[in-house]
Amino acid sequence: MELLTEPLITEQPKTVRTRKPGCDKPHIEVENLNLYIQNNHILKNINLSIPDKSITCIIGPSGCGKTTLLRTFNRLHDDSVDVRITGKLFVDCEDIYAKDAEVTHIRKKMGLLAQRPCSLPMSIIDNVVYGPRLHGIRGKRNLYAIARHQLEAVGLWDEVKDRLKTPASKLSIGQQQRLCLARGLAVEPEIILGDEATSALDPISSKTIEELFVSIKDRYTIVLVTHTLRQAKRIADYVAFMYLGELIEFGTADQVFNNPKHKLTKEYISGGFS
Amino acid sequence: MKKLEEKIFKVLMIGSTLLIISILLFILYVILNKGLPSLSWEMISQIPSGGFYLGKEGGILNAIMGSLYLIFFSVIISLCISVPVVMYLNFTLRRKSKLAAIARLTFDVLFGIPSIVYGAFGFTLMIYFGLQASLLGGIIAISLLIIPVMIRSIDEVAILIPNELVEATKSLGATNYETIKVITRQLLPGISTAVLLSIGRGIGDAATVLFTAGYTDSIPSSLLQPTASLPLAIFFQLSSPIEEVQNRAYAAALVLTIIILILSFSARYFSRRLSKNII
Repeated sequence: MELLTEPLITEQPKTVRTRKPGCDKPHIEVENLNLYIQNNHILKNINLSIPDKSITCIIGPSGCGKTTLLRTFNRLHDDSVDVRITGKLFVDCEDIYAKDAEVTHIRKKMGLLAQRPCSLPMSIIDNVVYGPRLHGIRGKRNLYAIARHQLEAVGLWDEVKDRLKTPASKLSIGQQQRLCLARGLAVEPEIILGDEATSALDPISSKTIEELFVSIKDRYTIVLVTHTLRQAKRIADYVAFMYLGELIEFGTADQVFNNPKHKLTKEYISGGFS
Repeated sequence: MKKLEEKIFKVLMIGSTLLIISILLFILYVILNKGLPSLSWEMISQIPSGGFYLGKEGGILNAIMGSLYLIFFSVIISLCISVPVVMYLNFTLRRKSKLAAIARLTFDVLFGIPSIVYGAFGFTLMIYFGLQASLLGGIIAISLLIIPVMIRSIDEVAILIPNELVEATKSLGATNYETIKVITRQLLPGISTAVLLSIGRGIGDAATVLFTAGYTDSIPSSLLQPTASLPLAIFFQLSSPIEEVQNRAYAAALVLTIIILILSFSARYFSRRLSKNII
C-alpha cells in the first residue's frame, strides 16, 4: 500500500448499534442455552442479558465455562464436531443459532480479542484493513484512512506510522494486542468480545488495553472474560459470575462486588476459592 | 568422569559432522575432477549427434531439457494435489481425526516406496491407457513419486499453524475460502521447502523415468513424445566402455548437480522473502 503524506481527515462517524425496528431486547440475550461437548454438559441452562454500551465482565474459577460461553456469541464452536448447542442466543433480536442465520454476517458484528494476540501473516497496515477488504472496501486512500483512524483509536499510530509495511509479527506482544483490537474495530463491529485479552501482556500494556476498553464503551457493547478480579473491579459495569457451567449471579458491578446475593459469589469474591 | 563423558560426545559430534562434510566434498571432487575437463559449451548447448555415444561430437541438451520439463510439470501437478490435501487434513478434519491419521500413515508408506516401484506402476498405468513411453508418462510417474514427499513436508508446517490464526481470521468475518488464503500465506515457506525437496528427489531419479519416459536424442515437442533425462544420460554413458564417454557421464552429473544447486538457492531465496510476514 502506498503511503500518503498529506494530512487526511480521518474522522469517521461511528455507527452505534443500529437497532432493528421493533427490537426491544438488550444487545445480546441468551435464553436457556445449553452446551455439550461429547456427553459432558458444559454450559447449563444459561439465561443472560447483556446491556448495550457497557462493559460486562464474566468471572469465575478456571474451567467454569466462561470462555466457552464467550465463544458461543460468535459461533466459534461451529468447527468443533462434538459440540452440541441447544437454546437460543439473540443478537439484535436475531437468533444466531437459527438454521437460516448466516455466520459471517454475525461475526462481522463482533470483534474478538484472544488471549494471546494473533496477528495475521501480513504487514501492519494489511492486518488492520484485512477485515474492511473482506467486506468489500476498496481504494488505497479509503483503506489508508481506515487504518490510520483505527490505529489512532488504539494509540498505536505514533508507534508504527513509519513502518506500516513491516511485518506485524515484528511488534511487541502488547503492540500486537492493540493491533488486533484495531483490526477488530476496523470491521465496525457493535460488540467486542475479549477472552482474557490482557492475561499475556505486561502490566503497562494491559493497562493501556483496559483504558481503551473504558474509552470506547460508550459506542460498543463489550464482553470480557477475565481471570483477575481486580480487573473486573476496575472496569466492569456489569458482572456475571459463573461456577461449574452455571450462571450463578448477574448484576451491576457495584451490586455483585459489594452486595453479592449468592453465597458462592461472596466466597469467590472474598478469595475463598479460585 | 563427567568431563570425560562430555569430551567423548563432543568428539563424536564434531567427528560425524566432519565425516558428512568430507563425503560431500569427496563427491564434488570426483565429479569436478572427472567431469570438468569434458564439460564444454558444446556439451550443454547441443543435442547428441550420430556418434555421440561413441565419443563423437554433440551434447546432452536433450537430457537437460527433458529433466527440466519433467520436473517442472511434475512439481506443478503435485502442488495442485498436495496443497488441497494438506488443507483438508489440517483444517477440515479435526486434529485427532481417524481418517487424518490413516491418511498420514498412508503417505508415510508411500514416501518409503522405492522409485522403481513407482516406475513399474506408472508403466502398468500407461499400458492400461495405451500410452507409449513419453513425457506425459514420465511426468505422471514422477508426480506419484514426489506427491508423498510434498504432502508430508507441507503437513509438518501446517500442523504448527496455531488454531488462533484460523479463529482470528474467521472472527473478522472471513469465509472458509478466505481463511485458507491467509493460511496459505503462513504456509508459503513450508511449501517452498517442500518444492525444493521434491525437486531434489524427482530430478535425480532414474528408475521412475526408465520405463515411463523412455530415452531419445531429440528434445520432445509434445507431451506424447518420449524424452531423455539427465539421470538416464549419466547411466547410459557410464555403462559405455569408452573412457571419453564415461567422462562425459561425470560432466552430465556435474550439470545435474549445478541445476539442483541453482534451484536450491533460488528456493531458499524465495523462501526467505516469503517468510517475511509469517507470524
